[in-house]
Amino acid sequence: MNLFRNVVFIAAIAGLVAGVVLACMQAFATVPLILKAEVYEQAGGGHQHEHAAAPAAPAANATDTNAMSSAAPAPAEAAAPAEDEGWAPADGFERFAFSVLANIVTGIGFALVLVAVSEFAGGIGNWRQGVFWGLAGFAAFTLAPGLGLPPELPAMPAADLTERQIWWWATVAATAAGLGLIAFRKSLPLAILAVALIVAPHIVGAPQPDSFETPIPEGLHHQFVVAVTVTNLVFWLVLGAVVGVVRGRFTGTATSLRDSFA
Amino acid sequence: MNTASVSLGASVSSQSRFTQLVLSAFLGIFVIGVVGFSHIEAVHNAAHDYRHSMAFPCH
Repeated sequence: MNLFRNVVFIAAIAGLVAGVVLACMQAFATVPLILKAEVYEQAGGGHQHEHAAAPAAPAANATDTNAMSSAAPAPAEAAAPAEDEGWAPADGFERFAFSVLANIVTGIGFALVLVAVSEFAGGIGNWRQGVFWGLAGFAAFTLAPGLGLPPELPAMPAADLTERQIWWWATVAATAAGLGLIAFRKSLPLAILAVALIVAPHIVGAPQPDSFETPIPEGLHHQFVVAVTVTNLVFWLVLGAVVGVVRGRFTGTATSLRDSFA
Repeated sequence: MNTASVSLGASVSSQSRFTQLVLSAFLGIFVIGVVGFSHIEAVHNAAHDYRHSMAFPCH
């Protein structure tokens, strides 16, 4: 398991570095927008209930108002806390700490996938190759799924969670396979197949909600889409570059792998 | 094929190499799946801001 150990080691370092970088960017770029959206989310609940403090889910609010108009409000109020979603980190430091942890852990996960896949193609030899691999990772994991399922803020309507997750993973797999065919197979029919693979998920279409009605202002959402896309781009570039640097130190022959890309 | 000699773990057989790389990729996907895609409420709430910031399907 010598190779496995090396891959995990490189991925751990790259994921740690890129995860910390991403967490810092999120703290300034995306999390403030999420917190703003949560104000709208809770204000939406406040219009329909007397108890604005209870952070009930939007779907529950819609059914609650129907129940309240016809029946006594007491059962609806009793049901609201039961609808509440279990344990959650306390706002402030605890919430931030869990976000940082999630960033680092999944950063290592993304790095494992990146290193493993790139080893099949000869490995990431230096930081510049890493940047190109990072661009590919960004295209497969952020850009392609983000076209059909744009980054969403709390209180935004969405289709069934499992269906969206299946579409997300299928799109990532198809896009990655397509990019791989274009980059590493010098054949026109395969390049055409690659384009078909990249386009196919968008022809099938991502699961969409029945209604797009939301209390979130469009400007806020647009700002969020830009912030998510740009922070993820930087994350992937850093991840790829760090993998290239660490792997180069590991093998001690960083420059001689230059020819292995495409 | 002089590039192959400087690959990571070049000494292992090609079949073992394939297995180990596939294993690492699946480990990575498993980690992403647990943190970013698990339906368990506590896991979702812990990584809530992260899931939104990564444009993972959420809620």
